[in-house]
Amino acid sequence: MQWGSVSEFFAMGGYAFFVWGSYAVTFLVLAVETGLLMRRGRTLRDRTGRMAGPGEATQ
Amino acid sequence: MSIWKYSSPQVFYPIAGSMVPWFAGAAAMLTVLGLYVGFFVAPTDFQQGEAYRIIFIHVPAAWMSMFIYLVMAFWAGVGLAFNTRLSSMMAHALAPTGALMTFIALWTGALWGRPTWGTYWVWDARLTSELILLFLYIGYMSLAAAIDDPRRADKASAVLALVGVVNIPIIYFSVQWWNTLHQGASVSLTRAPSMATTMLTGMLIMVFAFWMYSIAVSLVRLRHIILERERNAAWVTEIRAG
Repeated sequence: MQWGSVSEFFAMGGYAFFVWGSYAVTFLVLAVETGLLMRRGRTLRDRTGRMAGPGEATQ
Repeated sequence: MSIWKYSSPQVFYPIAGSMVPWFAGAAAMLTVLGLYVGFFVAPTDFQQGEAYRIIFIHVPAAWMSMFIYLVMAFWAGVGLAFNTRLSSMMAHALAPTGALMTFIALWTGALWGRPTWGTYWVWDARLTSELILLFLYIGYMSLAAAIDDPRRADKASAVLALVGVVNIPIIYFSVQWWNTLHQGASVSLTRAPSMATTMLTGMLIMVFAFWMYSIAVSLVRLRHIILERERNAAWVTEIRAG
């Protein structure tokens, strides 16, 4: 452990912009991917739910 | 009962579904562990200071960008050779995640290059071939999306994916073949790694975290593709009714 304080941790030895800029964008991108996938899943389930209705014509 | 059974979308759909929570859970736990080791156990680098901590996402993303491409091209090729639907769907499910990994590798590389090399971008062999990888992913996805008939789209995009494989060894060996600004491999199978053990440990944990993440999201995407493609098949109709 090389951090004397919380602010020292966030300062990253003067490289805060580069280190946190990398991590922030990485996790943002992965979160967006996960979010979009979950939304697509919900849309699919909604559609399959509707199409399960009796007498529904196949598209 | 044979292994071919699992090449049926109908059989693999529920199997993929039951595997997702395990891979997602492993990804989350490994990420927490890897970041802990990376930020609180691994020491400050004597040359780069704290800037080197970008390595814990840069290298995993870069490795996954190449590895996913190989797996994608493999499944695309299997789909092309044996006409198995699930293989082609698997390739399509991997492409967006591979493209994201490539983007992350380029982005974190740029932010790492600025403090260490003095520039965000340089047209050197490693960086340029990785950028070409991003274009290959985008080209693969665009081509697959541009053709209406799914089976024709599978075949055309598979050819593109297979031709693009030639770029992977170019990326990997670029730092040996050409005089690049990018450093050579710090980790290789043939000699001892040139980094502190705790740094290496943190990095490898993050590699496994990214790996598990990629499997989890690709399986979820595969399930979506199966549902969309097989929407008129009897077994999907039964799931809907059930």
